[in-house]
Amino acid sequence: MEQIGQDEHRWIMVIDLDRCTGCQACVVACHAENNVPIVGDEEVRNGRAMHWLHIERIWIGEYPNVRAKFMPLMCQQCQKAPCEPVCPVFATYHNAVENVNAQIYNRCIGTRYCANNCPYIARTFNWFDPEFPEPLNEQLNPDVSVRRRGIMEKCTFCIQRIRRGRENAAAEDRELRDGDVQPACAQSCPAGAIKFGDLNNPESEVSRLVHSPRGIRLLEELGTEPSVIYLSGGEAHVG
Amino acid sequence: MSVKAISVVWPETEDPREKLLFDPRPTREMNNMVLDAMTTTSWRYWLVIAVLVVLVLIGIFGAWGYQILQGMGVAGIRRPVYWGVYITNFVFWIGISHSGTFVSAILRVFKAEFRRPFTRAAELMTSFALVVAGMYPLIHLGRTWRFYWMVPYPNQRQLWPNFHSPLEWDMLAIFTYLIGSTLYLYLPLIPDLAMARDYSTGWRGNLYRIMALGWRGTEAEWHHLKTAITIFAFAIIPVMFSVHTIVAWDFGMTMTVGWHSSIFGPYFVVGAIFSGVSAVVTVLLILRKAMRLDYFLRAEHFDALGKIILVFSAAWTYFFFADYLTEWYGGEAVGKELLTLQARGPVAPLWYLMLIFNVAIPLLTLWNKRIRTSVRGMLLITLGINVGMYIERYIIVTGALSRNRLPFNWGAYNPTLIEILISIGSLSTFVLLYALASRVLPLIPVWEVQEGQLSHRLRRIGRQLAPSVSELD
Repeated sequence: MEQIGQDEHRWIMVIDLDRCTGCQACVVACHAENNVPIVGDEEVRNGRAMHWLHIERIWIGEYPNVRAKFMPLMCQQCQKAPCEPVCPVFATYHNAVENVNAQIYNRCIGTRYCANNCPYIARTFNWFDPEFPEPLNEQLNPDVSVRRRGIMEKCTFCIQRIRRGRENAAAEDRELRDGDVQPACAQSCPAGAIKFGDLNNPESEVSRLVHSPRGIRLLEELGTEPSVIYLSGGEAHVG
Repeated sequence: MSVKAISVVWPETEDPREKLLFDPRPTREMNNMVLDAMTTTSWRYWLVIAVLVVLVLIGIFGAWGYQILQGMGVAGIRRPVYWGVYITNFVFWIGISHSGTFVSAILRVFKAEFRRPFTRAAELMTSFALVVAGMYPLIHLGRTWRFYWMVPYPNQRQLWPNFHSPLEWDMLAIFTYLIGSTLYLYLPLIPDLAMARDYSTGWRGNLYRIMALGWRGTEAEWHHLKTAITIFAFAIIPVMFSVHTIVAWDFGMTMTVGWHSSIFGPYFVVGAIFSGVSAVVTVLLILRKAMRLDYFLRAEHFDALGKIILVFSAAWTYFFFADYLTEWYGGEAVGKELLTLQARGPVAPLWYLMLIFNVAIPLLTLWNKRIRTSVRGMLLITLGINVGMYIERYIIVTGALSRNRLPFNWGAYNPTLIEILISIGSLSTFVLLYALASRVLPLIPVWEVQEGQLSHRLRRIGRQLAPSVSELD
């Protein structure tokens, strides 16, 4: 197997479902950071909500003893991503530097094949040209391109922040420290459920968390090798 | 042409002169029949053309133009059903395009004599169905205006297309098939174009003079033409198999439950031939009525094509059953959910309709010669088969996408008016192209019929007239 990552970092995300309160702060932060358009009520009802990150509510137990559990879902940043080989124009591809599953918006011609082959249905499509009504247009992030109609997009692990973190560290002539890079969702999570970091750094928080016996990866049996690890089941004994 | 061997076919109970090849007419008369059919246009013809033009304008220019300007959102596709009617239509028209190659090339390779009068009509369907099928990958693209990024050419982006993608294989296969089948249509057309040239004046004369490439009918020309046709007939068959196999691989190569299946390649090929041959029969019946081609298209031809459809109905049923049983017996949760969706869900009426049209009706009726040779019966059966095959593709494309491994990601799909208008527009494009071509190109390969009639003779043996066939070299 050839070496894909030239970067010494291996970015992963650990999400503690036992901590997640379903407050949706991460969803809002993701929209703001990545210029994800707001499509409006009608299109949301039509099944066309554009969230790179959305929260699934899962009911556990039988009525009346039910309990809601929340699961933030986004692109799982597969190391063997099914979306990559099917794109005819290399719009979705494996980024050799950051070792993440990247999407080049301006290459995308909109075959939507990647979305069909994603077992997590993590991708969103620009069904129409995006609209950023006043005053949303004032807060567009200049680091992320705005996508026009007909283009596929998805969570990038806030690759612009990974790059900025590395550039800042290089400017200060030091190694990248744990916590230097925070995607918008992790930064905004009030419960501290979303952790992001470098698996290759043995000192990082995520390196410690991946050894948790509560860790699972979504649809791991498919062999896609997701980079998102969920921690769940801590309260199983309590019922 | 040298006579190699003579075999005597003992007469059946019916009069052998009911068969086209034992019922020769003078060359001039036969040529005129084809030329008259080509040059006669009634007011009904122009009315049909006018209606078709309107439908094409509405569907292709209007609805598709609107979709390009507004975005794919005007179609009904939505998460997680990212492919809908457009891909269904694509697979359907690729299937129709298999008619020509199968009916013409395979029957030619096997020297099936009954093919002679209708190879051209079938080959023409292949080319036009491919044109319509080829529109759909463009219609379905989010950014249609960037379609050429899939074409491998040196460009300023310094980027080749991704040859790992089945869509890229698809594009290459369709282009190969379109070029190959158009050449294969053109080669046997040359002697007929020359015949038309000799009888025509005016714009037709000029057109045929250019298209006939100076054909004079010398022995050497015939020799080259026959060699070329034989090469193309053999070469186009594997291309035909590859095209629909690759279309099936668009689905089979994915991880999607209900698509990821090794049987999809052959299953789609069989389905394509099934629907393609049925469409040939539908078109031949319409042509025979509209262009008064009763002399050329006879009961024996529909009888033979009916038998082919019967065999392919059985083959399709077998593949369908093999696919279904594997999914059902394996009992994987998502696969089972898909089967439940088909048997009891919202698509259930369509699913049962598909089984009726593709399995029940053909298998119960086509064994009967009276039905195979009846115009109305065959028209209804073959139209039904194409409705059934369309439903099959629709259920495969949209059904499998609506159910996936994570139940909170399930969804539904309903086509919108825009999608329906574009579908009607593309069907109209096909019929329009065919209707226009039917008045420009000789639809009956006269020279092939005449050649067949030369090799078929009624010989007097004792007191009996025995039909005999000499094998042409």
